[in-house]
Amino acid sequence: MAEDVVSGKAGGKAVMLGNEAVVRGALESGVQFASTYPGTPASEIGDTFAAIAKKAGVYFEYSTNEKVAFEAAAGAAMSGLRAMVSFKQFGLNVASDSVGPVAYVDVDGGLVIAFADDPSGWSSLQTEQDSKAFARMMHIPMLEPSDSQECIDFVKRAFDISEKFKTPVFVRLTTRVDHSRTIVTLGDVVRGNRKARFVKDRARYFTMPPAIIALHEKIVQKMENVRAVFETSELNRVLNAGAGKELGVITCGSAFNYVMEAMSDLGLKLPVLKLGTTYPLPEKAIKSFVGGLKAVLVAEELDPVLEKEILALAKDANPKLKVFGKAEGAGKLLPAAGELNTELLEKAIAAAAGKKTVFDYDAQAKKFAAVSGSLARRFPVLCPACPHRSTFYAVKNAAGADAVFAGDIGCYLLGIFQPFETQDFLLAMGAGEGVAHGIKKANNVTGGAQKVIAFIGDGTFFHAGMPALLNMVYNKSNPVVVVMDNRITAMTGHQPNPGMGKTGVGDPTEEVSIADIATALGVKHVKVVDPYNMRELEAIVKEFMKLDEVSVIVAKRRCALLDYREKRKMGNLVTFEVAGEPTFEELKKLKEYGCPAYAPDRKGGLKIDQSLCWGCASCVQLCRPGVVRPKMKK
Amino acid sequence: MAAKAKDDANAKEFNVAVAGVGGQGILTLAEIITAAAFKQGYDVRMSELHGLAQRGGSVTSQVRFGAKVYSSLIKAGHADVVFALEPLEGLRAAKMGTAGRTHFIINTHEIVPVSVTDLGDKYPEPADVKAKLKAFSKQVIDVDATGIAEREAGSAVMSNIYLLGIASARGLLPIRRELLLEAIKESVPEKYFELNRKIFELAK
Repeated sequence: MAEDVVSGKAGGKAVMLGNEAVVRGALESGVQFASTYPGTPASEIGDTFAAIAKKAGVYFEYSTNEKVAFEAAAGAAMSGLRAMVSFKQFGLNVASDSVGPVAYVDVDGGLVIAFADDPSGWSSLQTEQDSKAFARMMHIPMLEPSDSQECIDFVKRAFDISEKFKTPVFVRLTTRVDHSRTIVTLGDVVRGNRKARFVKDRARYFTMPPAIIALHEKIVQKMENVRAVFETSELNRVLNAGAGKELGVITCGSAFNYVMEAMSDLGLKLPVLKLGTTYPLPEKAIKSFVGGLKAVLVAEELDPVLEKEILALAKDANPKLKVFGKAEGAGKLLPAAGELNTELLEKAIAAAAGKKTVFDYDAQAKKFAAVSGSLARRFPVLCPACPHRSTFYAVKNAAGADAVFAGDIGCYLLGIFQPFETQDFLLAMGAGEGVAHGIKKANNVTGGAQKVIAFIGDGTFFHAGMPALLNMVYNKSNPVVVVMDNRITAMTGHQPNPGMGKTGVGDPTEEVSIADIATALGVKHVKVVDPYNMRELEAIVKEFMKLDEVSVIVAKRRCALLDYREKRKMGNLVTFEVAGEPTFEELKKLKEYGCPAYAPDRKGGLKIDQSLCWGCASCVQLCRPGVVRPKMKK
Repeated sequence: MAAKAKDDANAKEFNVAVAGVGGQGILTLAEIITAAAFKQGYDVRMSELHGLAQRGGSVTSQVRFGAKVYSSLIKAGHADVVFALEPLEGLRAAKMGTAGRTHFIINTHEIVPVSVTDLGDKYPEPADVKAKLKAFSKQVIDVDATGIAEREAGSAVMSNIYLLGIASARGLLPIRRELLLEAIKESVPEKYFELNRKIFELAK
């Protein structure tokens, strides 16, 4: 599929993932520089660049975090190249410190920031953030595509707008745009051929006060100039113009798809203003659209940001206009939390238009609740043979369930579930270490005695873990930090990181040692251990928990999924079976170990599902010799 | 609205859900159907989820095709075919189905969740899965696709292709067989295509 992105001929059609289409749009714009830090639902933008960069003649990198990724792209754009940076919404938070200032200086090369919000938090476990506010806070234009075709078209327009107005441009995606495949018609790929040169320009880059005030005024005016272009831009369009005066719809992004389907199903033809530019808003176009209407429904993912701005515009253009949407009050027809879908829009439009839905969704939900109430739960689980499982098991054994387990972002966040319960909170990249320090320090200065263990993965350690670890050394606290080094950024789809000795496009580079970093940061107690060796890991945790200085354990073993794929390919996978009779105590341990290959057998014991065993042999350590053993070939 | 729409690119949209446990090849099956629908000239939209959300957890991917498709998400009760790569997940997908419309095609090979092994949740009996799906379906076809794939091709991975073969052989999917095979060929490594074709054609 990535092949179409780089090789698809102009005029040809293809089915493309939204994230792939973003890359195609960049290639059709002559992009020369792309950077990212992986974050789902935006990960495949970077991964697609990684796959095609060499062939397309584009420089691509996985940077160490989103702030650095943005700065790299900004540097390229400040040197005149077209550059794209991509990340998820939390990545935008990380990058925001640098994004704001770059909006204040005129950037010559097109600079497009493609980021993904994640309504319903399908891949975002911390918050359901709506990032529309960033455009307003930073005075940066924002475009919102609805499907893969618009991902291509809008990215191209974003580059044009960026260069015309010398401003970064946001392309806001949401999960169902990133992760839907829809049909696209391809345009011409343009091979960028600019030569980078940073031009010194004090007038442009001297941002200190009082210049900052003048620059602020300048970008406010810049957004007014952008708005004037957006007023008549094809990015905003009216459908079914003049189809009735009772009710209209204003919508953007994925919500547009649900609106169109709901209207089709309800047999309604309402005027629709589809906004492609969600900042700055085309105010005159909106006023003109609502001018002749009695009511308007505003459908947007997450917070009612546009709705409130439209309400303010209507006060002037049409004071009697009734506005339906998500804002609290009589007009609330859509939930403000959770992602939208066609059912919700069908209900809302039907309610606003005084019609009935075409299907009794409430009855269906009720009927389903009678079935689903008793259904066995299925949490996402660590893979069979995952080294994080043996790490959790051994650390929890050594530390006791009363220790505070600071969690972080990576596959190991699954430790929040039973039976592990080794992630007591999950806040943000690197926040486990930072908060662990706070909890431990607060205990230390007030006579508290809680033990604190901070878990962090290799990718997250490089991303945001180093400053927090340095802070523990500098400000003298003593959590035990367990770096779960599975030699790759696994959760987002196996992207390389600085610990692996290869770059995003597979070239060899320096392999950075986490243990050496910890030592260089001043940590005196550092040990590297294979997490499959649970006895050794347990002993180290017990030893380190007695220290009054910070300590670091690097639990180092490659992601089991990579090992498993390799073994399957080579045909040398050895699976295990329960051959002996486990004691009551052994059964308890095997269950608590939580390996998905284990399932109850008919006699109240346990069996190993051979199709799920990846042959790590960790469970062998939990029983007497011979109880679990390699499965003999018949 | 349902299966009679054979070969008709002007038909009202046809909705296919693929449910299962992350890692079972849910996306692969959905992508094959999407590619084949595209080849047949339908408008098509597919939704998928990536990343941690899917690993070992409940995952559903959705494919919709027809003359014009607006959204990639299927409304509750509006699925025409539900492929369930695992029975518990088939039951969890009941909400997608309606009596008189939806065909459930279920792989009976159970993947027992940790909640059952360690936390006291109950895995439903096979007869119970079928009985409960009755109110949400026109038909429930259950078959040990994993067992058949292991026996006939030496790998459980192709169980999803067997389920697809059933839908195709019984005329439940308005997509031509040769286009499905073409899509399979493009999605699997070359050396495994003949085995996949065998499994696909074995299904009746």
